[in-house]
Amino acid sequence: MSYATSLYLTGAEVGLSLTGLVLLLVAAWGGSKSARLVTIVSVAALIGAAIFSVGLFDRAGSEVAGRAFGDLYRADAFGSFAKILIYLAASAVLVVTPRFFGQSGSYRAEYPVLMVFNAVGMGMMVSATDLMTLYIGLEMSSLSSYVLASFLKQDDRSSEAGLKYFVLGALASGIILYGISLVYGFTGSTNYEGIRAAFTTSFPTGALFGVVFVLAGLAFKVSAVPFHMWTPDVYEGAPTPVTAFFASAPKVAAMGMLLRMAMDPFAGEVDAWRQIVIFAALASIVVGALGAIGQQNLKRLLAYSSINNVGFILIGLAAATPAGIAGALTYLAIYVAMVVGSFTALLMLRDPADNNLETFADISGLSTRRPALAWSLLALMFSLAGIPPLFGFWGKFVVFQAAVQADLVPLAAIGIAASVIGAFYYLKFIKVMFFDEPLREVEASSPVSHWAVLAICVAVISPLGYLLTIPLGEWTAQAAASFVAAM
Amino acid sequence: MEFPILSLMLAVPLVGAIACLFLGAQNARMTALVATLSNLALGIVLWLNYDIGGAQWQFVERAEIFAGFSYALGIDGIALMLIMLSVFLMPICILASWDAIEKRVGEYMSAFLLMEVLMIGVFAAQDMFLFYIFFEAGLIPMYLIIGVWGGDNRIYASYKFFLYTLLGSVLMLIAMMWMVNEAGTTDIPTLLNYDFEPQAQTWLWLAFFASFAVKMPMWPVHTWLPDAHVQAPTAGSVILAGVLLKLGGYGFIRFSLPMFPEASEQFAWLVFILSMVAVVYTSLVALVQHDMKKLIAYSSVAHMAIVTVGLFAFNAQGIEGAMMVMLGHGLVSGALFLCVGVIYDRLHTREIARYGGLAINMPRYALFFMLFTMASVGLPGTSNFVGEFLALAGIYQVSTFVTLVCTTGIILGAAYMLYLYRRVAFGEQKNADAAAMPDLNAREWAMLAPIAAAVLWMGIYPESFLAPMRQDIAALEARIARAAPDYDADNVIGTPREHNANFVAPAHGEEHDAEGAH
Repeated sequence: MSYATSLYLTGAEVGLSLTGLVLLLVAAWGGSKSARLVTIVSVAALIGAAIFSVGLFDRAGSEVAGRAFGDLYRADAFGSFAKILIYLAASAVLVVTPRFFGQSGSYRAEYPVLMVFNAVGMGMMVSATDLMTLYIGLEMSSLSSYVLASFLKQDDRSSEAGLKYFVLGALASGIILYGISLVYGFTGSTNYEGIRAAFTTSFPTGALFGVVFVLAGLAFKVSAVPFHMWTPDVYEGAPTPVTAFFASAPKVAAMGMLLRMAMDPFAGEVDAWRQIVIFAALASIVVGALGAIGQQNLKRLLAYSSINNVGFILIGLAAATPAGIAGALTYLAIYVAMVVGSFTALLMLRDPADNNLETFADISGLSTRRPALAWSLLALMFSLAGIPPLFGFWGKFVVFQAAVQADLVPLAAIGIAASVIGAFYYLKFIKVMFFDEPLREVEASSPVSHWAVLAICVAVISPLGYLLTIPLGEWTAQAAASFVAAM
Repeated sequence: MEFPILSLMLAVPLVGAIACLFLGAQNARMTALVATLSNLALGIVLWLNYDIGGAQWQFVERAEIFAGFSYALGIDGIALMLIMLSVFLMPICILASWDAIEKRVGEYMSAFLLMEVLMIGVFAAQDMFLFYIFFEAGLIPMYLIIGVWGGDNRIYASYKFFLYTLLGSVLMLIAMMWMVNEAGTTDIPTLLNYDFEPQAQTWLWLAFFASFAVKMPMWPVHTWLPDAHVQAPTAGSVILAGVLLKLGGYGFIRFSLPMFPEASEQFAWLVFILSMVAVVYTSLVALVQHDMKKLIAYSSVAHMAIVTVGLFAFNAQGIEGAMMVMLGHGLVSGALFLCVGVIYDRLHTREIARYGGLAINMPRYALFFMLFTMASVGLPGTSNFVGEFLALAGIYQVSTFVTLVCTTGIILGAAYMLYLYRRVAFGEQKNADAAAMPDLNAREWAMLAPIAAAVLWMGIYPESFLAPMRQDIAALEARIARAAPDYDADNVIGTPREHNANFVAPAHGEEHDAEGAH
């Protein structure tokens, strides 16, 4: 395989890295004046990377052609699908970011640069087929995330969020690394294919420990129960656009990494990890739902909601079938639209003094003050709750159907029954907006860019989204088939 | 390809619903009225073109535009009747909300029109998952109708309504997925004739039962209903009682009975016991209510219990009766809620004790109210009589005891309804403000008169309504015949004795002769 092919296959990451480096220089010399330009270029670069990944997705047919750098990296349909989601989510979040920092002048050109480097790391996470590539991608993404979380230097909560995220994230990275070392020690390989081949001949208890450690570390990254503690604090403390980012793109990346890990190197040991995944799935659904009930802060509530959603995605993984993986990817795609939409709506809530509003008291009676925003949020919340005809239902539908087809009926039944608990707090959202009297003044207008992002997200999760079910089903099936081909 | 009339019936209110969101109050009212009336007209066209005795599924439409399920519509006689009920009640609901709703009229009308789309969708869906989507989606507009435009305790009621019904129906979704996985199709007509293992049927039946029993509602999961009814605005109550409660019965007819006949037979005792408790208990509860809406809500639970026993009688009479009770109850309880709404709009209270002697100052109102009270009691000549009689006749063939208990519901029904009527319409005019209320205006006439006509039509010539359903009910009966229980009242005709009972047999022939010689 030629070096040029490898470069072509990693084109999205290479392009983004170069853009990031150039923008870093621009930012260094241009100072905060260049922030606007750097943001625009970054958004363009991310969208460009997404389009490039679409191109790769289409020609991912030949399996060997997808391998780059001696099988350290694989540009298959799965990776491309996840990357498209990641880049689109990151660019959407970046579009709605600058206004948040607005008047305080704390928006600097480093912000988009960090996002770009983060996106590079995330792209590597979902495409890595070697434990070392995976770890480098993971750290690249995590390190920029820590900085982003504490971006508001004057704000104690933001600094606290950054520190918490860093300490716990480092711990999780350590756990993963330890697991990697065990896996490597027992298999003699860091390559996914090599690991799988080694496991088919023997699967000693030590290797099982390695698998469990790796999965535990990854569970931290996707914030699945019982490794979810950091999520509410970090989500609440971090600046809202950063929270929006954490809840969308890195979630997809970590989930993609977990799916690939489970279905590629550990694919032969489904029985070994399935019970872990089932536990994490059900616990995430229940804890995510119960934890959210008492929350007054909307960001914190959405943090629990994201824990809850991870539980549903893990149900798709628990099925451990192509349909389950396709279901999890479908869920992720819809989840990204829902979460980006919700946070964009949250970012549009400002009082006349330009302070951000983020508690239930702030949105009470919103439907009379800003009907369009309130109706959008209503659709998003019902969609998150999984009530048809909104498209969020389809995400739950496909993962539960995969679970039923894999003979995991009790899991599906318990999971779906627990989802009713979750409906309670989404309903509270709607109750506060629609049934209560207004308490606070809300600024009447929002920039067009916010409306555009919100409109796209709401259009996707509206019943119109069902028209996407056929193409979405085909794409995700094709993406899930990358593992079958590898198996 | 035929003219897609069912899709059109979904599209008209949908377009109206979207338009209403952007319109001012008066325009939204007009738009909603026009949309619902056009749908009523389409419904009449549908009924006229329905070929009685023709194909089982008519007006079939199918489009493969979704993955995993298809957009498939089609109706049989049972669905036709329930669609007619929905489109008939809808314009009346809009009229009932004409003046009563003052805030956020556009959104209100939009929610109602959306409700209509979803209800027609439920009855017309021929795909299992499409059915589920319509079935479940109905929660959203109803939640908003109760929560935004409801009474003082509306928030509690809206939550209870939503979570109760959601918890009921999610398990049904898992059961549906299992069935589709097993049978390999989402097509309802195909699934109707698919025989699942009796073992599996037990679980599937229970999962569906959880959903339909809550929707129905059956005792003891009926408690959301009185809350929801009392807090909902008048038109919301009408739709809730008139159509939404029918979803449970429709579900039993469409899914539980034909898809799981063995399990239905196995659990018939459960349905009977719950229904018997419901008939007696909720009727007694209705007797002591001070709130008119609550009283009617409890009476709904009792009437719905007659529906469930009729359905699980496993014979055509019982099922026809159940369908007639559903249609009749949809009209009558809807009309009773409207009657409550008429006086509520004037006095803003539902306390029975605040009224009295309305027959004096509101004679026309009292007349309508009387008619609907009698219909609710089940007076011959009104719609409910036909249904209750058939349902009880059907169940009599299965269990005389159940019939005995359920028939007390009719007596108790007469007790609480007549007691209500006496307190509201008769007696002295003890409250000056109630005595000063004006009689029905033209709008209220237009609401009540069509229902009154339909109630009498259904009572006097039920054949119009039974004829479209007959063939489908016969098909259903044939489908479930293999699991039908034995009749406890099925008297065996013995061989007649040779002589009269007082005949004393002679011991010997000679004695007989000797006696004659005396």
